[in-house]
Amino acid sequence: MTTAPSGSTTPTDWTDMTSTDAPTTERPAAAAPQDASAREIDVRVDRASGRYLPEVPTPVIECTDVDIFYGQFRAVHGVSLVYGKNEITAMIGPSGCGKSTVLRSLNRMNDLITGARVTGKITYHGQDIYGSDVDPIEVRRRIGMVFQKPNPFPKSIYDNIAYGPRVTGMKVSSMDDLVEESLRGAALWDEVKDKLKQSAYGLSGGQQQRLCIARTIAVRPEVILMDEPCSSLDPIATARIEDLMEDLRKDFTIIIVTHNMQQAARVADRTAFFTAKAAEGTGDRTGQLVEYDLTSKIFSNPADRRTEDYISGRFG
Amino acid sequence: MATIGQLATQPIKARKHGAKSPASIAFLVALWCALGFSILCLLTLLITSVMDGLPRLDSNLLTQYTSQIAPERGGARAAIIGSLWVIAATAIMAIPLGIAAAVYLEEFADPRRWYNRLIEVNLQNLAAVPAIVYGLLTAGFALSIGLRRGVVLAGGIALALLILPVIIITAREALRAVPAEIRQGSLALGATPLQTVWRQTLPSAIPGVATGTILALSRALGEAAPLLLLGGLVTIRFDPNGLLSGFTTLPIQIFNWAGRAEADFQQLAAAAIILLLVMLLLMNALAILIRNRYQRQW
Repeated sequence: MTTAPSGSTTPTDWTDMTSTDAPTTERPAAAAPQDASAREIDVRVDRASGRYLPEVPTPVIECTDVDIFYGQFRAVHGVSLVYGKNEITAMIGPSGCGKSTVLRSLNRMNDLITGARVTGKITYHGQDIYGSDVDPIEVRRRIGMVFQKPNPFPKSIYDNIAYGPRVTGMKVSSMDDLVEESLRGAALWDEVKDKLKQSAYGLSGGQQQRLCIARTIAVRPEVILMDEPCSSLDPIATARIEDLMEDLRKDFTIIIVTHNMQQAARVADRTAFFTAKAAEGTGDRTGQLVEYDLTSKIFSNPADRRTEDYISGRFG
Repeated sequence: MATIGQLATQPIKARKHGAKSPASIAFLVALWCALGFSILCLLTLLITSVMDGLPRLDSNLLTQYTSQIAPERGGARAAIIGSLWVIAATAIMAIPLGIAAAVYLEEFADPRRWYNRLIEVNLQNLAAVPAIVYGLLTAGFALSIGLRRGVVLAGGIALALLILPVIIITAREALRAVPAEIRQGSLALGATPLQTVWRQTLPSAIPGVATGTILALSRALGEAAPLLLLGGLVTIRFDPNGLLSGFTTLPIQIFNWAGRAEADFQQLAAAAIILLLVMLLLMNALAILIRNRYQRQW
């Protein structure tokens, strides 16, 4: 009984395959270029995770023609970028190219700098986060941030984690559970479970940075911005943070600014390369986006000459 | 000329320009003299006060009112209680106002606004205004609202105005010492600016604020000029018992006693000076204790 239908479908499959106008031809058609690119390097497969990345990311945050000013000074010009959901996006480039400025504008931390101003459009799930009716506090609850230097609060480890949920008025059934869960999420639980009431200042730099990540994920943001999170850490602590980012990608969207190109190559799904261009008259250096693509593409076959020069160490 | 090889075999020469040279010894001696002179002045003041006042450092000094008829048995009871009342009134007015002003200026004020810059400049000037001017100001203010001048409340207002700039300036410095990363960390978690101030910045700045506040209060405690102008009473024989009660304070009492010809009053003045010095010393010690205890390295 079972062989009869299968026997009857096999020839139809064959006929579909051979007939060029049939709808099912998309399967072999899609497979063919994949095979072709696999012969060189399949740039759409992330090397670390083996994940297949879509050509166009599912947008969470989208920058359209963004300029950022500090007073009269234009720090960043004309950035258009799409940050993909559950992806790690790295922003690299030489000092002063505006990558940190762009990062801080994504959760309105730039508002804290007097005179900072954003033009163009930055949207979060399609909503303009610089819209007049948008509360920057609410933006920061959804788009968390980890800073360059570990900045735990001068409180206990427990209170560092509990602070965010408390101030944001999160409904928490058990704070103890949330603290444990967050610390586990940041791969720190086993190291600190016996000293939760001790000051966070007693932890090492790497532990402090993971505490800051734990603190950030405790308020359940959708996006985590990381501003050179490993620049003050040793290689072992850096490796732990990188492993952690790999785990966090399942639940969060991560956008990281890094000076370390190897780090971008190791962790990021997509990489944006920024550079600074000096203005003709004033010599003011304005940052701009040069190239944005899959990390494997950026590092193996960049489209722009400047990207190639930078990643091969010829400038910056 | 010694080659590098020869030099390496020679021992390093004894220093010529170190602490043993005549110039540096002369300079050191000058420094020691300056230090010695200031300590000598202080010691003279202390020793003469103690020698004059020692016989009167008794319980009468603390428990008795001043007396015109029997100064040898009089005391500074009213002045001590008066001082406490006035300082309490000063603290209640000056501390919250001062800290709130400092928080506004440091955390919320936009430095680009002209009025904030104006406040900024004037604050520095206010701290340098002579104390007696605050007495005059308060006297005028008291008159205009129908308050009697020589009451605890008026004294408190004058001293609060006097130390307000000092409290604001020290509190701002304490707030400024809290790293920006702490504020950013808090804000990045979705805390409001007000929550950030209440839960992070201000608690971290408390040791510095407390130290500055105590030092300012001890300055107010030793102040006589504005209170004299307000007409703090000199001979009162009752315990000041409220904000609208007449009062005297230790400095006023000392000023009055020291101006009398009788040896008994001179002794009383010396004893009261010792008492005042001890109170100031205790307050300053408390400030240092708080500073050392809660000092934090960021």
